[in-house]
Amino acid sequence: MSSIAIDIHPTYKPEGLEGQGFFATSLDKVVGLARKNSLWPLPFATSCCGIEFMATMASHYDLARFGSERLSFSPRQADLLMVMGTISKKMGPVLRQVYEQMAEPKWVLSMGACASSGGIFDTYSVLQGIDRIIPVDVYIPGCPPRPEQVLEGILKIQQLAESEERRRRESPEYKALLAKYGIE
Amino acid sequence: MSELLEIVREKLQNKFEGALLNAEMQYDYPVFTLEKSNTKVILQFLKEDPDLNFHFLTTMCGLHHPENAPEQEFALMYQLHNMPKNWRIRIKTYMSKQDLDMPTVTDIWKTAGWMERQEFDFFGFNFVGHSNLTRILNMDEMNYHPMRKEYPLEDAMREDKDDKMFGR
Repeated sequence: MSSIAIDIHPTYKPEGLEGQGFFATSLDKVVGLARKNSLWPLPFATSCCGIEFMATMASHYDLARFGSERLSFSPRQADLLMVMGTISKKMGPVLRQVYEQMAEPKWVLSMGACASSGGIFDTYSVLQGIDRIIPVDVYIPGCPPRPEQVLEGILKIQQLAESEERRRRESPEYKALLAKYGIE
Repeated sequence: MSELLEIVREKLQNKFEGALLNAEMQYDYPVFTLEKSNTKVILQFLKEDPDLNFHFLTTMCGLHHPENAPEQEFALMYQLHNMPKNWRIRIKTYMSKQDLDMPTVTDIWKTAGWMERQEFDFFGFNFVGHSNLTRILNMDEMNYHPMRKEYPLEDAMREDKDDKMFGR
């Protein structure tokens, strides 16, 4: 039996100056790398997409391999707000409060058709898309989206987490965005 | 099923002369139409009579038929169930839009507490004697009763729905 060369790269190495026992690179790259590989999601699961998310977290499509090992249901300890399912207008203020309680840096992922645009429920009681009340980073369309699509959405959030500036809360564009939603 | 219709019809006609406006089978259920003024008394009798024993209120709902005559525009439907004998019947009462006051049945069946709040929320029925008649499923700030037929189902806030594409 010939030996198989194992070629595993847990993560890529950013550009930097390497020497015996040290590695010098820019702080932004290191922080981006750390943030990207340790996103703690808050599963704001309301309906069917929440069940599909449970399948994504389970062992077959394991989300934990991407660093989201620890889900937190407390917004104070979460990085990524995943809104999964139909949000009614009565639930809107609750979702907004959960978003405001999260600490920077935070990202929002809208999973499924109902969270992105109201889905098939174009009615008086359903909020037609959570981007009417909170800013959203990544939308995952589908009803429900396959777990592979959810993983791709999370990978896109990871790209954002790695490439955004370290303190984006200070940037004028971000402040303008929050002002548009009426969030301080 | 129509034996049940006859049993209940006979009982009601013996006890309450002339109160039964209509008794027929609709969609495999015996449906009895009553006047609003004596509905609560009859519902209590249906629960407490040892032969009929309709001890379980399965559901109740409101109806709005604007195509009916104005005195029959709104209706309430109570569905009752006798579990030991597996008897199910429906009781309907019709009323007009100006006269939506109805005595509550929460003292007969506690389940009605939630359902009467829902009917108030969606149609505007006023249940006299209910301990907490407020909106239950919609937002508290909503100022209309959305299930009435004059209001559209769709959200009014959308600007991007093209009538031609959506067949309207």
